[in-house]
Amino acid sequence: MTAWLLRRLAASVAIVFAVLTLTFVLIHLAPGTPFLPSTDDRSVGPEIIARLRRQYGLDRPLPVQYLKYIGSVAHGEFGESFSQHRPVAQALADAVPNTVLLGIAALVIEFTLGIALGAYQAARARRRVDAALSHLTLFFYSVPTFWLGLALLLVFGQWLRWLPVGGVSDPIVHDTLPWAGRVFDTLRHLVLPACTLGLVGAAGTARYQRAAMLEVIHQDYIRTARAKGLSERRVLLRHALRNAVLPVITLLGLSLPFLLTGAVLVETVFSWPGMGKLAADAIFSRDYPVVTAAAILAAAMVALSSVVADLLTALADPRVRLGDGDAA
Amino acid sequence: MTQPGGTAPLLAVRDLKTYFVTGRGGGTARAVDGVSFELYPGETLGIVGESGCGKTVTSLSILRLIPEPPGHIRPGSYIEFDGRNLLTLAPRDLRAIRGNRIAMVFQEPMTSLNPVFTVGDQIAEAAVVHQGLSRGAARARAIDMLRLVGIPDPETRVDDYPHQLSGGMRQRVVIAMALVCRPQILIADEPTTALDVTIQAQILELLERLQAELGMAVMLITHDLGVVAGTADRVVVMYAGQVVETASTAELFAGPRHPYTEGLLASIPRLDRPADRLTSIPGNVPAATHWPAGCRFHPRCPHAWDKCRREEPPLLDAGTPGHTARCWLVVEPQRRRPAP
Amino acid sequence: MLRTWVSLAVLVAGSTGGAFALRRRCERTGRGRRFFRHPTATTGVAVLTFFVLVAVCAPLVAPYDPSAQPDPVGLQNRPPSWLHPFGTDLYSHDVLSRVVYGAQVSLGVGTLAMLVALTLGAVVGAIAGYTGRWIDAVLMRLVDVGIAVPRMFLLLMAVALWSRLPLGTLIVLIGVTGWFGTSRLVRAEVLSLRERPFVDAARALGARSGRVIFGHVLPNAAAPLIVSAALGIGHVMLLEAALSFLGIGVRPPVASWGNMIADGRDLLTIAPWISLVPGLGIAAVVMSLNAVGDALRDALDPREEAT
Repeated sequence: MTAWLLRRLAASVAIVFAVLTLTFVLIHLAPGTPFLPSTDDRSVGPEIIARLRRQYGLDRPLPVQYLKYIGSVAHGEFGESFSQHRPVAQALADAVPNTVLLGIAALVIEFTLGIALGAYQAARARRRVDAALSHLTLFFYSVPTFWLGLALLLVFGQWLRWLPVGGVSDPIVHDTLPWAGRVFDTLRHLVLPACTLGLVGAAGTARYQRAAMLEVIHQDYIRTARAKGLSERRVLLRHALRNAVLPVITLLGLSLPFLLTGAVLVETVFSWPGMGKLAADAIFSRDYPVVTAAAILAAAMVALSSVVADLLTALADPRVRLGDGDAA
Repeated sequence: MTQPGGTAPLLAVRDLKTYFVTGRGGGTARAVDGVSFELYPGETLGIVGESGCGKTVTSLSILRLIPEPPGHIRPGSYIEFDGRNLLTLAPRDLRAIRGNRIAMVFQEPMTSLNPVFTVGDQIAEAAVVHQGLSRGAARARAIDMLRLVGIPDPETRVDDYPHQLSGGMRQRVVIAMALVCRPQILIADEPTTALDVTIQAQILELLERLQAELGMAVMLITHDLGVVAGTADRVVVMYAGQVVETASTAELFAGPRHPYTEGLLASIPRLDRPADRLTSIPGNVPAATHWPAGCRFHPRCPHAWDKCRREEPPLLDAGTPGHTARCWLVVEPQRRRPAP
Repeated sequence: MLRTWVSLAVLVAGSTGGAFALRRRCERTGRGRRFFRHPTATTGVAVLTFFVLVAVCAPLVAPYDPSAQPDPVGLQNRPPSWLHPFGTDLYSHDVLSRVVYGAQVSLGVGTLAMLVALTLGAVVGAIAGYTGRWIDAVLMRLVDVGIAVPRMFLLLMAVALWSRLPLGTLIVLIGVTGWFGTSRLVRAEVLSLRERPFVDAARALGARSGRVIFGHVLPNAAAPLIVSAALGIGHVMLLEAALSFLGIGVRPPVASWGNMIADGRDLLTIAPWISLVPGLGIAAVVMSLNAVGDALRDALDPREEAT
């Protein structure tokens, strides 16, 4: 178990390391000297560029730069943000909690709603409700995340005015509110972005869950459970669902990349100051240190989440024993 | 050994018809087509036939475990238990009988246990649902049941998951699971088919011992007349969705009246017959969507004549009480052709 | 304007009729009947055919030049009318014309990028699965890395570093970041096929590795590839839309459904049609692609044969 965990973590570190290398290569393949601020500016003379190059160590040989780069990343230093004039680490430290909050809320919606819908559909398989829900999930699975965000924003934020249209909190009154009021204010701001992200994910999960559930429902042990005199509810919710959820847990680990991708868009639509918006904004301001730092962090999160998903699967499925035969 | 003399039957199946609608335009498969028999308290009834004869569907129909759709039990079918028709019972009342008064053991111990629950949980579950056992009592009951079915070290085994047990052990667990509420009827559908021969004997012995201890009636469904010979009191032989012969075990083996039964008997190896006489019935069971007209066995029957092709024989009394056969030979024995 | 209505009607009739004719033919000949048994397959084929035809016949269908700005002052953000069925946008472009030409870009980018990804994935997967040993190990670790990086971040980084990307490069980039899953699929398929007798036979006849892979193994792995291609186009279309929405994908004045949604973003309250229409277009096409992909998977899955 411990050995397995160590091995998996080592693999994750290796993956992050590879991503680091990749970003380094990309940066140096790129035209110009992107890691220097304001070199696009025509007015900057060559001698200033040379000085900046020296200052940022860009005149050293590539292997030295590479080692230095790895070393500083290992210390959590991603350099200085050009646009925000502060260390990238600080900007990330402000943004990551917001993304984590949004991500967790979206994951909760994605999996509770997705599993419930899929299980319900499987129980009513090939009836009219199932067909209707299948079309609905197919729609949400196919619609662009940011477009759904805009549509929700238009309906609930602009027309109905039930919910705020963006941001993480009310800029004027938030700080004057008592503790509970501040939490409520944040939750109100969270509803639309989390629903946007969660609904798209839930549609995918529901499609997957329905298929998994349908496969389980035809297993012999479901018949055994019925023969025991259990209620249909107990058969489905206890015996079938528990088995059908197992593959979905693996999906949880795989869904994180999509969630982060979605976060870039949803955070942009709702001006949610998280990692995704930080990265997207950084692109427009040509703030390369921030972009690369966000990519590395995202890769690390994905690698870690797949370890967590494997752990969860092992917890939920007594047949899976960590440590043997997980080479793949 | 209870004889079906004067006692009332515990379970009476009357004209059971279970049909399956197969894919588009495929027609209706009449898997069980007018089956009747009785099960008496305390007896072991063997139900015998080749695969595809409808014996498993019959057993599943009793507890209404047929997947619907595609299957359905035709109106007019009747299964009487405890003075009520199981087929028209409200789902709630039916569930009170399933696993509590009538329990089932399935063929595949590998797949009929849920992989994600401990065997203890699964054994006790029926008792928890039907008798409202507490957590602690449920665990104690599960341990008792494991001991009853002869699993060593039940206190630790109770927390095992199915995949940690061998095939024979799993079938013992399945039996323990079925017996946890002390049912009056145990339906065992090919309980030994998936097991090694030595384990088969152990499981049959176990079933016999438990039946004696608990006084229940057992319906033993099998394709193997050898299994029936050692355990059953009476035998129902099924062919093509129908009962073709019923008799006490002794009588069936001594004087079968249906050519199909004769064929089945001839195909089991016996010590008192030279091995080169071992025969098999020619041909296969026809498709359930297209049963032959007349006697359904006539295409494979060595004695068939034109009446067999035209007219379907009813179950005819074959002399001794309780012995019936669905064959015109019972009334026209002169038509029997001598064995080649 | 009349030309637009007539050609749209013809295309709707043609694609629906075509899809149903195809279904009837499949039902008669028996081939592909399992595909059409899927409840949404016929609709999916019809919708896809319609949009492909619209893209191909864009000059015929579009009532105006998509980048014409007839009256930047008087014709701004007009709601749908007879002359502008989907309204106009901030620059007085006709939204319908832009959606029609945008279909060319969106469908084109989706198809081409998917082809790039599919080719790369098939080649890498086949090589890894067929040669095995260290080549396999190295390639698969590379795939692990590729899957671990969220594609969006990789693209963001690449696009940001190179700034103004030509459309062709964008397509290649999307393709290059999207082959990892396909290569795993192909590798698994090749591994299971490698030991089959017909591969041995080909090898015994002296065929070279490349010939064995591309002539014998890959054609047999076609089924999962076709399915992943159908689903992949939809995926790429969503990605292109996302990138264009962020302003780093297809650049105006060329219209793509993604940058059209972005154009309408700030006008959501006063002119929602600008974003709404292209969004529905994407949803319709991706839905059909997913429906067709699902149906293909069911039809090509040998396990389904029994039921």
